[in-house]
Amino acid sequence: MRLPPQPGERLHRDRPLTFLFDGKPVQAFAGDTIASALFASGRRVFSRSFKYHRPRGLYCCSGHCPNCLMQIDGVPSVRACMEPARDGARVQTQNVLGSLDRDLMSIVDKVGGPFLPVGFYYRTMMRPRRAWPIYERFLRSAAGLGRIDKHGRRTHRFDTEHRRAEVLVIGGGASGTAAAREAAEAGRQVVLVDDGLAERDDSSAFEVLSPARAIGIYEGGLVPVDAGDVLYRFRAERIVVATGTIEQPLLFPGNDLVGVMLAGGARRLIDSWSLRPGERAVVLQAGGDTIAANLRRAGTDIAAVFDVGERAPEEIVARGSKGRVSSVVVDGETVECDLVVMSGARQPAYSLLAQAGARVEYDAARAIFVPRDLPAGVAAVGAVTGERGRPAHPAPAYSGKGKCFVCICEDVTRKDVKRTLAEGFDSIELAKRYTAVTMGPCQGRLCHLPAIRLFARETGSDESALGTTTSRPPWAPVSLGLLAGRGHEPARRTSIHHRHEELGARMMWTGDWRRVHSYGDPAAEVRAVHEAVGVIDVSTLGKLLVRGPDAVAFLERLYPNRFADLRVGRVRYGVLGTDAGRIMDDGTIGRLAEDELYVTTTSTGAEVVFEWFQWWNSVWGFDVEVVNLTGALAAVNVAGPRARELVGQLTSLDCSAEAFKYLDAKRAHVGGVPCLALRIGFVGELGYELHFPSSYGEYLWDTLLERGADLGIRPFGLEAQRILRLEKQHIIVGQDTDSESNTLDANMAWMVKFDKDDFVGKWALEHMQVRGARERLIGFELENGALPAEGGQIVVDGRPAGRVTSARRSETLGKAIGLAWVPPELAEEGARIQIRVDGRLEQASVRLRPFYDPEGERVRS
Amino acid sequence: MSFLLPCPNCGPRDVNEFVYAGEISVRPQQQPSLAELASYVYLRRNVAGVQREWWFHRFGCELWFQAERDTRTNHVLTTELVDSNRQV
Repeated sequence: MRLPPQPGERLHRDRPLTFLFDGKPVQAFAGDTIASALFASGRRVFSRSFKYHRPRGLYCCSGHCPNCLMQIDGVPSVRACMEPARDGARVQTQNVLGSLDRDLMSIVDKVGGPFLPVGFYYRTMMRPRRAWPIYERFLRSAAGLGRIDKHGRRTHRFDTEHRRAEVLVIGGGASGTAAAREAAEAGRQVVLVDDGLAERDDSSAFEVLSPARAIGIYEGGLVPVDAGDVLYRFRAERIVVATGTIEQPLLFPGNDLVGVMLAGGARRLIDSWSLRPGERAVVLQAGGDTIAANLRRAGTDIAAVFDVGERAPEEIVARGSKGRVSSVVVDGETVECDLVVMSGARQPAYSLLAQAGARVEYDAARAIFVPRDLPAGVAAVGAVTGERGRPAHPAPAYSGKGKCFVCICEDVTRKDVKRTLAEGFDSIELAKRYTAVTMGPCQGRLCHLPAIRLFARETGSDESALGTTTSRPPWAPVSLGLLAGRGHEPARRTSIHHRHEELGARMMWTGDWRRVHSYGDPAAEVRAVHEAVGVIDVSTLGKLLVRGPDAVAFLERLYPNRFADLRVGRVRYGVLGTDAGRIMDDGTIGRLAEDELYVTTTSTGAEVVFEWFQWWNSVWGFDVEVVNLTGALAAVNVAGPRARELVGQLTSLDCSAEAFKYLDAKRAHVGGVPCLALRIGFVGELGYELHFPSSYGEYLWDTLLERGADLGIRPFGLEAQRILRLEKQHIIVGQDTDSESNTLDANMAWMVKFDKDDFVGKWALEHMQVRGARERLIGFELENGALPAEGGQIVVDGRPAGRVTSARRSETLGKAIGLAWVPPELAEEGARIQIRVDGRLEQASVRLRPFYDPEGERVRS
Repeated sequence: MSFLLPCPNCGPRDVNEFVYAGEISVRPQQQPSLAELASYVYLRRNVAGVQREWWFHRFGCELWFQAERDTRTNHVLTTELVDSNRQV
């Protein structure tokens, strides 16, 4: 059913294609949209309305109205009038029970009126309260548009790109194109954003993005542009808005029947896709439009043309049968027809300008809202200024019998508006929220002006006094996937990562890092560390080099510890606090030279601590430099009674207990790799922590495993490390401490040097020392095999009085052990506490000293 | 938030490159009273107007600097690096 080729048609008739509509094949040509091909195939009903399930047909054909929303290739609520037809596309109707032509839910239109008045969801179905789940289930299935595929997967790769332009022109009509060309000829770098609706002469003088839509103008002149799979975030020196006008519908009973359409929609059907919109048309136009000529050219009989602006009829009613228009009555005169083409005022599409900061005021002479007082750097050209074209003065509404729709998206009728006002919602913002006018898919493009004009008439006030509702992004519909951007989860991997994978390690997240949970048997890994030797990849530790004449003074001010007496080649454990006295991070501080210290932090704390150091130094101005070496260096910890044998055979360094003591730091080549070797022991056995350039990561790891094979070496992961450190009651900051914990209550008062002049947190800790502990961190053990959950409750006299922060079963000790915060009076060796485990209260005893090797002989050996 | 912030080192950049670290509070020079300490640690003026504040260019030069910003409009009046030649 195509017309002979039209002068401006977009069809490529030599390239036919086929897509499926509700499972049935539909023929189309390249250049068609889904909607135009369906129209050509004879389809007139395209959707069912939101609330009443009334049949709806093509209406605007420009991506504004809700009438052609369909599910296309699994994506719900796609505007079929804008979606290019493509071979094999699967198109489905949405929001119907049954089929488009026989929707069982259309019963709502017949009988639902009295039960579903405006705002019914605010006041009906309240009682009985117990029945709400039933109501809710019904409403959830009846309301909404389209269905999300619960098993859906990412279908596109979306990307975000940051771009700059000297001049960004939004809107590719005649005015926008002229403005772009003018700026380009003046030597400016110009980008034109075009929605692709109209045919446009392509020019090479400036860049054109088409089809693309500006989503909004945000703070700082940021303009996100939706170009399909890419979101461009534009910053422009100058923004030119040329968004033109939007043709407004007329308000009369039956104005939503299939066959009633906007003049622009009819024109596009004829000009772009060579389709005859109807056989016999009635034209209702408020401004002298030329649509009648287009219709005649398409072979449509013009039954009547009414200039509803000048003659201003009282009554207009469209009558229909089975939802399709069959006649129009104008002041008693009945005209048979199957097409009503209407054209109201042309409302400037000012939304982007308003978002940028322009004021919006009502121009009574033209009966439209116009933008005024544009902000600096933003210009408006063409029809969007409201100063072009002949004014149109349709009546706010025409009377007659039947449902007169103010908003076809949300099915709001003139009667609903009257009722809203009668109920006292007389402010435009309140009325908007109560009726949902302007809140549907068209976002007010087709209902904002008519609704305000109707409100003004019904309240006897005028439009300027009512004002407008606030314009907000998004101005154009945008898919959530585009806003979400590219689907990626950034992960940091150590330089030894692939070796762990080859060993079949189970990986886990710690912050951004991928770390080894275990290599399959954490208990065996624990045994290897206690009885032979184990090796763990600790490259994720934060590693900062602090260097300069004031390096020691700087760290003395940051940590509660003393470092002035830390000899070169020695290491000390330190806990970093805030001025509120709270624990922030922990790690080791090694003195490599008089003016050079090597600081390690927790794996997740590296960036925070680095920024913390930098910040304090910009406050204090010490002569010191801080370099973040976290990524540059790898680190492994070799721990266990046979660690000395292993490291000793790989280095010329004297590793004897006398020459390389506990808490010594030495530079050495291990396996030929330049290392900083620290004798520290988080896991409670003799241990060497080797820090070395990341590029040697796999090499040194392989070397250690090969040479350690005879010694019974096993690589171990975080789970084994957590058991081992718990046996020693070593805390993990962030696990055993939270944002309220302080160093004193965490039993580390020994490191706090109150005799120092100043350090971060000194005053708060002094206060806490006087005030006394509010709770204490203690170790506990259970003997009957129960294992409390982390976060489990400590119960005293039937009341919650504390919490478990860590708990593990230790095979070494044959019992469950853990750390917990308890009231200070319970922090005594052997005190009995109760812990809730799986709903039962279990007896546990407090242990203040390490469970394993309490004297620390093994770690010092 | 999508305003541009002129980093004193790198020039105007999208605000998302930076970390906001709050208004500038002055650390007591002497041992503070408990009330002074609590005020310094916990209380902020939270002005509706021009405020001096700390920013860190995390996804850039990794420098801390101070800015004067109108909290009502996000208009940034000045930005400057802190003089590093001060006496401690």
